[in-house]
Amino acid sequence: MEKFKIHKGLVALMDRSNVDTDAIIPKQFLKSIKRAGFGPNLFDEWRYLDHGEPGMDNSVRSLNTDFVLNQPRYQGASILLARENFGCGSSREHAPWALLDYGFRVIIAPSYADIFFNNCFKNGILPIVLDASVVDGLFQAVAANEGYAFSIDLEAQTIITPDGKGIVFDVEEFRKHCLLNGLDDIGLTLQHVDDIRAYEERRAQEAPWLFN
Amino acid sequence: MAGKTLYDKLWDAHVVRRQEDGTCLLYIDRHLVHEVTSPQAFEGLRLAGRKLWRVTANLATPDHNVPTTPPENGGRAQGITDPVARLQVETLDNNCDEFGITEFKMDDIRQGIVHVISPEQGATLPGMTLVCGDSHTSTHGALGALAHGIGTSEVEHVLATQCLIQRKSKNMLVSIDGAVGPGVTAKDIVLAIIGEIGTAGGTGYAIEFGGEGIRALSIEGRMTVCNMAIEGGARAGMVAVDQKTIDYVQGRPYAPTNEQWEAAVATWRELHSDDDAPFDHVVRINGADIQPQVTWGTSPEMVVSVDGRVPDPAQQSDVVKADGMRAALVYMGLEANTPINEINIDKAFIGSCTNSRIEDLRAAAVVAKGRKVADNVKLAMVVPGSGLVKAQAEREGLDTIFIDAGFEWREPGCSMCLAMNADRLEPGERCASTSNRNFEGRQGQGGRTHLVSPAMAAAAAVTGHFVDVRDF
Repeated sequence: MEKFKIHKGLVALMDRSNVDTDAIIPKQFLKSIKRAGFGPNLFDEWRYLDHGEPGMDNSVRSLNTDFVLNQPRYQGASILLARENFGCGSSREHAPWALLDYGFRVIIAPSYADIFFNNCFKNGILPIVLDASVVDGLFQAVAANEGYAFSIDLEAQTIITPDGKGIVFDVEEFRKHCLLNGLDDIGLTLQHVDDIRAYEERRAQEAPWLFN
Repeated sequence: MAGKTLYDKLWDAHVVRRQEDGTCLLYIDRHLVHEVTSPQAFEGLRLAGRKLWRVTANLATPDHNVPTTPPENGGRAQGITDPVARLQVETLDNNCDEFGITEFKMDDIRQGIVHVISPEQGATLPGMTLVCGDSHTSTHGALGALAHGIGTSEVEHVLATQCLIQRKSKNMLVSIDGAVGPGVTAKDIVLAIIGEIGTAGGTGYAIEFGGEGIRALSIEGRMTVCNMAIEGGARAGMVAVDQKTIDYVQGRPYAPTNEQWEAAVATWRELHSDDDAPFDHVVRINGADIQPQVTWGTSPEMVVSVDGRVPDPAQQSDVVKADGMRAALVYMGLEANTPINEINIDKAFIGSCTNSRIEDLRAAAVVAKGRKVADNVKLAMVVPGSGLVKAQAEREGLDTIFIDAGFEWREPGCSMCLAMNADRLEPGERCASTSNRNFEGRQGQGGRTHLVSPAMAAAAAVTGHFVDVRDF
């Protein structure tokens, strides 16, 4: 996983609540057995006018020019500002894979669905939670200013706006540590092999039917 | 010291290690695997040269991609015409063979939807932690287990370590006080709960469902309720163990036997919240107030009683919510204030991990018996949750009832719940569906989903529009 220290990028808006993982990456693309290549189909049903299927040449499909990510001013955006309960629905990790493959490294929203939130950290995406009122203010600022970009400093847990204002955010210490260092969870857990073995030995006595 | 909730007990029994910041290493007793969310995890193991931690903790089956059309020329395997889908199922088969995981392959009678087959086999036991790369893993909480969905990175983590890195959720109790009325099912109860708490109401919580209305449900009914905990935002839903739980588990292939059975039952009887256990949040709903439910919009919280009307965004004071309602009405092709029972359907789907068990099929068959699918309904399909459910239904003659009424009787799988296989809605088609999500495009691009119980779906199929099943 790529380390996350400081990220500077253009901000795009996703102005609807309860954006679900079926919208982020529709089911027909989940048939892939790979982790990469989902970016061209991020928000497929909103982004294109025709019905997308795996294997299509997306470069020749007609774009829905009304869709926010198709607007010229948001090309190259790497920070997504969103509304409540972003990423609700299924557990598909294809949703953060698609966001990452498209180029998003940071999402900012008032709230997220639990599984999606967790999946983001596993892929080097930083999902930031801010108060709904703060997010609302940022929506207005981004909409009013083309080229609006943030600098996000994970170590300092701060979002720097173009006017130099700092917005502090919370992040769990362990998740921050893993993101900053690009750590592989499995490697970390396997440092505790003895603890896992000891637990299993104890449980096999207490509840042997779990180990049949 | 205050008592413990059911969730506290399940959590505490599985903590391997607690870090200073409160993050825990949680032991996972059972891991269910299907074709969609596992290939990248197995690939990750191979690339890192890692082995499975405990092979027998895993159980696999293909379900999302499998065709549900009847077998011809000796097996459904020949029926996956989509090469991308076929490769995914073959990849699961190959991964399970390579790593030694028990898999109920497509031609095995035990194959089916992962959340149907595991309880059916006794592979889900009270007191277990159980995970799967699928959000509806919350289903298994119906047996007094701690069960939730995970992403593919965590699938790989569980395969390699038998553990997850977790932080404990908060405790929520949703109590259905008093009995529900006749004709009101588990599906109506859970839709009413989601209508009450909203799709994010349970975010950050583990929900215990309790109260007379829940205790009166069968284990299969409790599975329907826990299945949709995720639609209320909670990763895990659960119900305390009682005699029904124990009776359900006894004698199933993976259930303990003899002395182990006696010992297991003794511990399982402790799997309930203590009387003085503190909950962070409590929601109480009067069972008698719950009517048969129908969703009208593009989120499961957009739900009303069958005797109600499509709500009017003009009556909604919250601007963001009103905008969401307007967008949903446009997508669903509905006018505000339309009576629910005047909405015609094009298709009916009875199936999914929410409602494809034998009791669901029986409830739908009672309504379908002696009736005919309405002329305006292009397709009404029944998709059993597993090969064993299908066989049981056929022993009871339910297949004949459905076929005589004009329903299609299919092979087991996820089918039109998420339309990864050939079963899907065409743009603009409206479906009475017993599944769990009415998101835009969920059952096919442009498709319009109304979530209902199996009896309500059957009633809509034979009348051509939504109707109160209690009038049948």
